[in-house]
Amino acid sequence: MSIVDLTVHELVEKLEKKELTITEINKAYAERIKEKEPEVGAFISDLSEDALEEAKKIEEKVSNGEIKNENHLAGIPIAIKDNMCVKGTRTTCASKMLENFVAPYDATVIEKLKAENLTFLGKVNMDEFAMGASTEYSALQKTKNPWNLNCVPGGSSGGSAAVVASKMAPWALGSDTGGSIRQPASFCGIVGLKPTYGLVSRYGLVAFASSLDQIGPMTRDVRDNAMLLNLIVGHDEHDSTSIKTEKKDYTKALVNDVKGLKIGLPKEYFGEGINEEVKASIDKVIEKYKELGAEVEECSLDIAEYALATYYIIACAEASSNLGRFDGIRYGYRTKNFKTLKDIYRNSRTEGFGDEVKRRIILGTYVLSSGYYDAYYKKAQQVRTLVRQEFNKAFEKYDLILTPTSPTTAFEIGTKSNNPLEMYLADICTVSINIAGVPAISVPCGTSSKGLPIGFQLIGKHFDEETIYRAAYTYEQNTDFKGLEG
Amino acid sequence: MEVSREEILHIANLANLNLDENEIDKYILNLQDILNFANVVNNAPIDGLSETIGATENYNVFRKDEVKEYKDIEGLLQNAPEQDENMFKIPKVIN
Repeated sequence: MSIVDLTVHELVEKLEKKELTITEINKAYAERIKEKEPEVGAFISDLSEDALEEAKKIEEKVSNGEIKNENHLAGIPIAIKDNMCVKGTRTTCASKMLENFVAPYDATVIEKLKAENLTFLGKVNMDEFAMGASTEYSALQKTKNPWNLNCVPGGSSGGSAAVVASKMAPWALGSDTGGSIRQPASFCGIVGLKPTYGLVSRYGLVAFASSLDQIGPMTRDVRDNAMLLNLIVGHDEHDSTSIKTEKKDYTKALVNDVKGLKIGLPKEYFGEGINEEVKASIDKVIEKYKELGAEVEECSLDIAEYALATYYIIACAEASSNLGRFDGIRYGYRTKNFKTLKDIYRNSRTEGFGDEVKRRIILGTYVLSSGYYDAYYKKAQQVRTLVRQEFNKAFEKYDLILTPTSPTTAFEIGTKSNNPLEMYLADICTVSINIAGVPAISVPCGTSSKGLPIGFQLIGKHFDEETIYRAAYTYEQNTDFKGLEG
Repeated sequence: MEVSREEILHIANLANLNLDENEIDKYILNLQDILNFANVVNNAPIDGLSETIGATENYNVFRKDEVKEYKDIEGLLQNAPEQDENMFKIPKVIN
């Protein structure tokens, strides 16, 4: 077994026993990236050589006591989705608009990782401004699914999922506005959590839809996921929507026991449109939970279709406002073709944004414009209340809700990118979670006949990531899904 | 749901985007498709429900209105397409 095959908790164990050094780990990843990146295409900025230099310094400081290293994570490498600011490096959002933008400050999550002395392997690909479900809308490069290079890795955090699955990083950060952590995690056979809205600071995350966006961990297994969440949570004065909560150690929730846990299966998420192989795989998960002593029963959560429509109205409305800041004046792309200030605004935006981003800005502007606000935006916000209420009602009866993460496995590159509505339907199982603000995880549970990973989703109550982790961990401990080999 | 040429041009104008002829036709079709789908919100049982504006129960979060000096002027200006004497440079606005 080589270094890159190890999970982070295994790396930590080996560092503690002095069976491995920080430099060896970073060197192994730099080499792995050289080997795998040409076929996967996940890194927008490959910083692995810098990470190796940094690792040598960190190793020195740990050995002379300058770094205390209480959590034993110093020198562990990570990859970051390219919509989070890392000071002094490019943060492109996979857009021509920000292709040369160098972040002047660190996002709060990055500050927290730097406080633990993690090293940064690079910034990874995504759909432009996180708008998409396949990473095909990246304006900068194509990323392939490491399980099958003809397929998409999912999106929008497709780069993060691809580097973790192909072992070019031990773990990564992604962001999730409507499924952008969970769906690519499912497509690439890894674990991805969207935390409760407000648990993790969004400061330094380039905004897409501010009332839905959350940063979360993407990892090889559930323990690593809990470890990474531990590092990034917490109230931040720079993000007024971040919540003051007690500091928890999420790894304490990793108990191999689901006896008595009540799990609801909303029948609306198992119906039409769900691929048969996905359904069969999820049925096995349900049987496993029953066998392990959980109380699993069918329930109703009749909001899936409303939630998807509501999601696209709200997300696009917020995006049209958030992306108003890109005007070619203070940062970002500026057109060469202008005489007046107005020309700079219009031509820079027209030339700098890609097709899908423009489509969403137009939809968002439309639903907010006079005459349509009441018919769409206001109604969507009322549906949002309904979605929250329905989740609250379900959680009076159940500890967790289980669904597929995605109705299908990874699809082939090019099959959906020309049909926007079909691409939007790929999010049917995940968007309602963001609308309600609750947490949810995607856990791998098998592969299809074509050898593509399948994931299931566990949804929990607001700020109850612990129960999600407990159930996810128990499943993982009692089954034998193998990550991508080789 | 019909979207007219005038409407799409009006919306593009509000959004500060130029659309060429192909894009006009394409975005009209895309917008109609998506709006037809989005119309399901009209079937949702939402009578009497209030609007939810965010994902948390928080309403207003206040802080003291204090001036904090941000010292990294160079960091902020490094991304400006054009700058002069610590200022962002734009074309002349008043003749």
